[in-house]
Amino acid sequence: MITITTLKTTLLIAAGILLAGCSDSVWNNPYPSSDAKSNILYKSFEKRPKRLDPVSSYSSNEYEFIAQIYEPPLQYHYLKRPYTLIPRTAKSLPRVNYYDAQGNELSADAPIEKIASSSYVISIQPGIKFQPHPAFAKGADGELLYHNLTAEQLEKIYALGDFEKTDSRELTAADYIYQIKRLAAPNVHSPILGIMAEYIVGLTEYAATLKKAYEIVKEKTPDYELPYLDLSSINFPGVEQIDRYTYKINVKGKYPQLQYWLAMPFFAPMPPEADRFYTQAGLKDKNIILDWFPVGTGPYMLTINNPNRQMVLERNPNYHFEAYPSEGEPGDAEAGLLKDAGKQLPFIDKVVYSLEREAIPYWNKFLQGYYDISSISSDSFDQAITMTSSGDPTLTDEMQGKGIRLSTAVATSTYYTGFNMLDPVVGGTSEKARKIRRAIAIAVDYEEYISIFSNGRGIPAQGPIPGGIFGHLEGEAGINPYVYDWVNGKPQRKPLSEAKRLLAEAGYPGGRDAKSGEPLLLNLDTGQSGPDVKATLDWWAKQFKKIGIELAIRSTDYNRFQEKMLKGTAQIFQWGWNADYPDPENFMFLLYGPNGKVKLKGENAANYSNPEFDNLFVQMKNMDNSPERQVIIDKMVDIARQDSPWLWGLHPKGFSLYHAWYSNTKPNLIANNTLKYKRIQPDLRQQRRIEWNQPIMWPVYILLALLVLALLPGIYSYVQKEHRSAMNKEGA
Amino acid sequence: MFAYIVRRTLYAIPLLIGVNLITFLLFFVVNSPDDMARSQLGNKNLTPAAIQKWKEARGYDKPVAYNESASGANKFTETIFFEKSVKLFVFDFGTADDGRDISHDIAERMWPSLAIAIPSLIVGLLLNITLSMLLAFFRGSYIDVTGVILAVTLLSISAMFYIIGGQYAISKLLHLVPISGYDDTGLEAIRFLILPVIIGVISGIGSGTRIYRTFFLEEINRDYVKTARAKGLSESWVLFKHVLKNAGLPILTGVVAAIPLLFLGSLLTESFFGIPGLGSYTIDAIQSQDFGIVRSMVFLSAVLYILGLLLTDISYTLVDPRVRLN
Repeated sequence: MITITTLKTTLLIAAGILLAGCSDSVWNNPYPSSDAKSNILYKSFEKRPKRLDPVSSYSSNEYEFIAQIYEPPLQYHYLKRPYTLIPRTAKSLPRVNYYDAQGNELSADAPIEKIASSSYVISIQPGIKFQPHPAFAKGADGELLYHNLTAEQLEKIYALGDFEKTDSRELTAADYIYQIKRLAAPNVHSPILGIMAEYIVGLTEYAATLKKAYEIVKEKTPDYELPYLDLSSINFPGVEQIDRYTYKINVKGKYPQLQYWLAMPFFAPMPPEADRFYTQAGLKDKNIILDWFPVGTGPYMLTINNPNRQMVLERNPNYHFEAYPSEGEPGDAEAGLLKDAGKQLPFIDKVVYSLEREAIPYWNKFLQGYYDISSISSDSFDQAITMTSSGDPTLTDEMQGKGIRLSTAVATSTYYTGFNMLDPVVGGTSEKARKIRRAIAIAVDYEEYISIFSNGRGIPAQGPIPGGIFGHLEGEAGINPYVYDWVNGKPQRKPLSEAKRLLAEAGYPGGRDAKSGEPLLLNLDTGQSGPDVKATLDWWAKQFKKIGIELAIRSTDYNRFQEKMLKGTAQIFQWGWNADYPDPENFMFLLYGPNGKVKLKGENAANYSNPEFDNLFVQMKNMDNSPERQVIIDKMVDIARQDSPWLWGLHPKGFSLYHAWYSNTKPNLIANNTLKYKRIQPDLRQQRRIEWNQPIMWPVYILLALLVLALLPGIYSYVQKEHRSAMNKEGA
Repeated sequence: MFAYIVRRTLYAIPLLIGVNLITFLLFFVVNSPDDMARSQLGNKNLTPAAIQKWKEARGYDKPVAYNESASGANKFTETIFFEKSVKLFVFDFGTADDGRDISHDIAERMWPSLAIAIPSLIVGLLLNITLSMLLAFFRGSYIDVTGVILAVTLLSISAMFYIIGGQYAISKLLHLVPISGYDDTGLEAIRFLILPVIIGVISGIGSGTRIYRTFFLEEINRDYVKTARAKGLSESWVLFKHVLKNAGLPILTGVVAAIPLLFLGSLLTESFFGIPGLGSYTIDAIQSQDFGIVRSMVFLSAVLYILGLLLTDISYTLVDPRVRLN
C-alpha cells in the first residue's frame, strides 16, 4: 500500500515538474518579472557609446541615444518621402534672409553670386522645459545648489541619482546659442568645426579667441579643479540672440545645407548650468560627466547609463506636446501608419538597451521575444529569409509562424572601390588610365558580390548618389552607360568582351603590356586581413583575373592602411560614406578636387580632380533643389562615370525584423529621433513569451537518471572492493 | 618570512618596470598617437587640427621618451612614457580616452568577473577533486579508463564550443536560464550566473580531473600509503585521510596562484554572456586602441601574477612545515 502511495506521489511530483512549463512564468526571461507587462521596449547595443555630448558625438550608435534626448530646432518628417524637414522645437522652419556685399537684403530667388551673406532666424516654441536634473536645482536663496560641491557633499555622490534635488527650467534661445559657441570650445572636440567655420561668420576667429581665454583660465585654475570657461560672456558675430525665444545664425554667402545641420544634435540646446555643473573635478573623478549624462528637452532622458551592461531611457516628465504625424506618403494609411495621427508622443514609457556583443545570443533572445526588433546577421540570414523565384526576400515559414515582420530599405550610404587618382598606372585623367578603370568597372561583378557576401542586401550603385536623395535617377535614365546596358527593362552589365576591348585599347591586350609583354599587376590595399576576409579578397583577385589583370592584395592593419590613404600610396582601395543629410552635395563633395585626401586631408579619398566637375560642383552645391540643379547634377554624374575614379560599388539595403507587437515601424534612415513614434503591445508580447519559452525539464531528468545508472556499477564495484579488503584483512 | 616578502616585493619592481616598458613599446610600435586620435574621433570630417587638439588634451603631443626642448629632469618627465606609464607604480591609472576614470571602472567591473570566477573555481575544484579521486580509487578498471578517455575528450574541445553548445542546449532548447545578460541586484544575479558557471566548470573538468588524478596516483604508490594499507586501513580511508592531504599540496599551490588572477575575468565568457567584467573591459580597450586602459590592465595583471606567486610560496609554508622561506 505504502509502495503504491509513494509511487503515486512520485508520479504526481514528476508530472508537476514536467508540466512546470505550462505556467504563466518563464525561467529564461532576462528582465525582472515585475516588468513583464510594462510598456517597455527592449533593444540591444553592440558597442558602448564613446561620447554622448551632442557637440562631439558623430556615430550612429551614439545618436541612437542622444537623438531621443537632445532636441535641435528641426527634424525630418517621420513618414514623408523624399525626406522633408519640419520644425521640432522651432515654431516654423527658419526664416532665411539673403544680403549683398553692402548688406542690402536680397529676394529669395536672388542669384547665388550676388549673395554675400545670409541669416537664419529661428524662433523656438515657448514653454519647453528641460528634463529634471540636479544642475538646475536651486536652494531657498535662489542659488544653484550643486555648482560648488564640497568634499563632504561629494562623499555621498556615486551616481547622478544620488543628488537629492533636481529641477528644470524653460528652454530659451540662449541655450541654442551656447551650444553653437561650444562648437569652437577648446576643451571639446567638434567634428564639424572645420565645416561650420567655412560658413558661420567669425567662427574661426572665435575658436582662436576661446583658445586664448581657455589658456588663461587654465593657468588660474588650481590643480585640483577643472578649468571652466563661461562661453555665455564671450560672443561672436556668427550668432545673435534676438529675444528670449529667437536667435539668428549669420552665414557667409548662401548655404542651404545649414538647415539639414540644424536637424542634427550638433545644434541642440545646451544649458550653461549643465556645462558648469559637469566641470567639477569631484564629479569627473566619479565619471559623472556631460559625455555620459546628457541633459535635454527630448521625449526621453537617460536614467541608467552603464554602457558595460545596460542603458535605460525613460519618458521625460517635462516633455512638451508633440503629436504623431497625420499625413504620410501613399500607402502609409493602408499600412496602419496613420492610426495614431494626432496623438501625444511618445508612446513607450521606457526603453531598455542591453549590451549584446555576440550575434548568437542576440538572435536567440530576439526569437524568444526578449528583444522587440532585430537586424539579421549573415549567420542567421538563412533561418530568417528566403528568396522568392523573382529574387525578392521574404520571411521563412518559421519567422512567419512567429508573426515576425520584415522591413527593408536602401540606406543613404555608398560603399565603393576607389582608384587613387595620383597613382601613375590607374590614376590620372589620361585616356589610357580611364580605359583601364572602365574595363575593371565592367569586370568586377557587384551583382555577384552582393549575392555572395551580402545575402542580396544591397543594390549595385550606378553613381555616387543613392536612391531617395535629390539628383538620383531611377530606370534607364539612371544607369551608368559605361558599365551597363538597358535590356528588357533592367540594367545589364556589359559583357567581358567590352572590358577586354577597353583594356586592349589602353595598351594591355589580355592583361599584358603590349610593348613589354609583362602582365599588368595592380594592388588592392586593404585594412582587413585574416581568414574572415580571405574569401572576399580571393573573389576580388578573381574578378580582375577575368580580364587578365593580376591583383595583389596588400593587407595591413587598419592604422597602416589609413597612413597609406593619407600619403597617397594606396592604389586601389575600398571606402564608404554615410550621408549626414539628404542632399546630393553630401555625396558629390567626395569627388570635389579641393577636398583631396592627400593634399588637404579632405574626404575625396580617390584624390579625384576634374576642373569641369569642380566648377559644376561649386555651382550646384548651394542651389535649391530645382530642375536646373538636376541638369547640373546629371552633367557631374556623367563626367564622374566617364572618368570612373570609383567602381561605384553598392548601396547597402537594411533588413530589419519586428515582432507582431511592435508597430508604427517605417524605416527612416536619415532621422535618428524616431523612437517617440514607436508603439508596443506589452500584453501580446507577454503572451508570446510564455508560449515560446516554456521550460523543458525532461532531458535534465533523463540525464540525471543516466548519470545514476552509470554510477551504479561503480558503487557496486566500490562495495565489492571494500568488502574484498575486509576479507583480505580477515584472511591476514 | 617578513624579510622574504619584502625581498620578493622589491624583486617585483624591476619586473614591473620591464612589463611596463614592453607594453609601452609594443603599443607604440603598432600605434602612433595620431592613430589613437583617429580611432577615438572617427574618420569622418577629421582634420589635422582636430587630431592635434585631441593629442594636446591627453598629453600625447609630447615626445615619446626624451624631451629635448625641456631642461634637467624634465627631459624625462615631460614625456608620454613618464606621464602615462610611471604613474602606474602608485596605482594612478589616469583616465581612459573617453574621459572616464580607469580606477573607478576597474573597481566597478571586477565584481562581475569575480561573481563568475569564484563559484566556477570552487565548484570546479570540488568536482575535479572528487572525480579524480574516483578515478584514482578505481585505477586500472574500466571506470578509470573510461574516465580518462572522457577527460581527454573534454579537454580537447574548444571553450567556444562549450559556450555556444551550452547556450544552445540549456537556454535555447530547454529555456531553463537566460541565454546572456547580467544583473547586479542581489539574488536576481544568480540566474544569470548559473549557465556561465556550469559551462566554466564543465570546460575545466577534462584538464582538472586528468592532472589531479596524476597527483593522486603519484601519492598512491608511495611508501606511507603502502604502510597505511599494510596496517589494514580501508582504501577509502587511505585515500581521504592520507592521499588527499598530501596530493593537496600541488593542488593548493595551483589554486592559490590562480586566485589573484580571478579578478581579471575571462575574455570569452564575458563577451558571450554579456558580463560587464574586466575581461570584456580589456578586450574592448584593445579593440578601440585605448592605451590608457590596456597599460593599466597589463600592469594590474603583472602585479596580480606576482602576488599569486608570492601567495603560493607562503601557502607552501603553511601546509608543509618542512618548507621554510629564506
